[in-house]
Amino acid sequence: MAARSGHTLAEKVWEDHVVRRFEGEPDLLYIDMHLVHEVTSPQAFDGLRAAGRPVRRPDLTLATEDHNVPTIDINQPIADPVSRAQIDALRSNAEEFGVLLYPLGSVEQGIVHVVGPQLGITQPGMTIVCGDSHTSTHGAFGALAFGIGTSEVEHVLATQTLPLKPFKTMAITVDGVLPVGASAKDLILAIIAQIGTGGGQGHVIEYRGEAIRALSMEGRMTLCNMSIEAGARAGMIAPDDTTFEYVRGRPHAPAGADWDAAVAYWRTLVTDDDARFDTEVFIDATAVAPFVTWGTNPGQGLPLSAVVPSPDDAADDTARIGIEQALEYMDLVPGTPLRDIAIDTVFVGSCTNGRIEDLRAVAQILQGRHVADSVRMLIVPGSARVRLEAHAEGLDEIFTTAGAEWREAGCSMCLGMNPDKIAPGERSASTSNRNFEGRQGPGGRTHLVSPEVAAATAVLGHLAAPADL
Amino acid sequence: MEKFLIHTGTAAPLRRSNVDTDQIIPAEYLKRVTRTGFEDGLFKGWRNDPDFVLNRPEYQGVSVLVAGPDFGTGSSREHAVWALNDFGFKVVISSRFADIFRGNSGKAGLLTAAVDQSVVEELWAIIEADPAAAVTIDLQAQTITCVGMNASFDVDPYVRWRLLEGLDDIGITLRYAYEVAAYESARPSFKPTSAEPTAAR
Repeated sequence: MAARSGHTLAEKVWEDHVVRRFEGEPDLLYIDMHLVHEVTSPQAFDGLRAAGRPVRRPDLTLATEDHNVPTIDINQPIADPVSRAQIDALRSNAEEFGVLLYPLGSVEQGIVHVVGPQLGITQPGMTIVCGDSHTSTHGAFGALAFGIGTSEVEHVLATQTLPLKPFKTMAITVDGVLPVGASAKDLILAIIAQIGTGGGQGHVIEYRGEAIRALSMEGRMTLCNMSIEAGARAGMIAPDDTTFEYVRGRPHAPAGADWDAAVAYWRTLVTDDDARFDTEVFIDATAVAPFVTWGTNPGQGLPLSAVVPSPDDAADDTARIGIEQALEYMDLVPGTPLRDIAIDTVFVGSCTNGRIEDLRAVAQILQGRHVADSVRMLIVPGSARVRLEAHAEGLDEIFTTAGAEWREAGCSMCLGMNPDKIAPGERSASTSNRNFEGRQGPGGRTHLVSPEVAAATAVLGHLAAPADL
Repeated sequence: MEKFLIHTGTAAPLRRSNVDTDQIIPAEYLKRVTRTGFEDGLFKGWRNDPDFVLNRPEYQGVSVLVAGPDFGTGSSREHAVWALNDFGFKVVISSRFADIFRGNSGKAGLLTAAVDQSVVEELWAIIEADPAAAVTIDLQAQTITCVGMNASFDVDPYVRWRLLEGLDDIGITLRYAYEVAAYESARPSFKPTSAEPTAAR
């Protein structure tokens, strides 16, 4: 690549993928990897079939089953007919179009955003798309990764490209060091609480600064994963030695001379000093503490030490009504300490926090302790590989000894699309990404938390941090 | 997508205004995994009524729908266009279409011909008097002719070009196959594929 200046990371990756540019038309961007799952792909494949078109690059396409899959009795037929139809459709489409599929039961099966990175398929500088908004996860590697709709899925399958209008760029600089007890999840919840669920609209966010550099790849994935919850199209972090060490040696990582060429290129993927962002946000890492949501969107969060807010705190009428509606749905009274909120179900998992590091953090807290009698705790690995890794480290034994349910890999209780749901009126502390009304099951109430807070909450039966134990 | 140059067929009068996409196809059909076969959901709420125009024997086999104003309002579902296509419609004629529906139609090869309401009234009178009357829609000339009646219609020039050329979004991109191939040939060898790696790695 020629020496460049004045460009952000996102702009560099974009520029390196422009297939065709014509005044007044969207850029045609090349897509390096297309990840596919069962929910958003059936009609795209059907469209190809109707038009008699092949998948242009099956070798740049990878499918897995995640949203609909059960996490127990996975050898049994899927009971729900709609779920089964979607899984069956993906299996026959993958076979017909020559796309590699990791089905339920395969050692590589799992949540699409956990599978890509663990295989080493997610690498810096790539363009990665999937019919799923949490595709932003892969931006942790310095890839430009974003969710697309079913028509676009068909477009990428047929052409390996997408016509796109440029995104705006946003820098979120997190200076300082995260205090002990504060995780990447707490940081992203704090960021969304600050900029709002629409704060990133139309932007690609680049997370930068000392606290970001200090994060592990798992932490960076958690952060980028929830960029969509701030309204952003994608989130990115410039690749560095932490990134390269994570990718090195994975099944799809470059090897030999390719590795050296790749790293040389990856090192150019940093925002130039003279680059300008459309929007800049600054966050003080030292002020971040364990953070939980109290409301029905991911921006309605507060430090665990706070109390349930009052509609009277609202800046304007719209905000007041928003708080009122959220409190009514969540059945919460203003002024209640967040720590006093009793929890029925604790869910650890999802593309946000279903990786091995998350499970280790939970195991460390559950070791020698027991889940409260009033609590059901579900621990669901993000992939079959993560599950095996946890077994090798003996984490499964810690979980089951503590009284938690240890499940097979899948999206599970993150969304009400499979048997793992919460009941109407039930209250959960969940390491997932969305606390929307009914997201985890009709009438269910969700508090978004970090894995550490989830574990402490499971033990004490109310929202809590490990320091409370 | 097939090229749309000229179409001749019989027409059904839909004497309703503000037909929204929920009426064209209800939400329960959105759970399907196919992109075809939506004809059974088309105008579902009205299909049990034997007097509904599409149930009447004299309007079987129609391919042109002549509808009242503000056709296709409401939800953005692409399924509304698929259902009309699957039922066998090639053209919808109305005095006003909802924007999203019209955009979706253009992408899926369904011609939405906008005419004055007086033309709709005239067409209704003709096809109600003689359901076998053939209607011809010439996209090149942008005209509708039917038993001595001749009227022009409006269509977005870009959509018209795409229909005449038979190009959907994917078809347009496929015109740049040369550029895509050129880009691919220059991609670095270190970029990953999804092919299962050999054990030697």
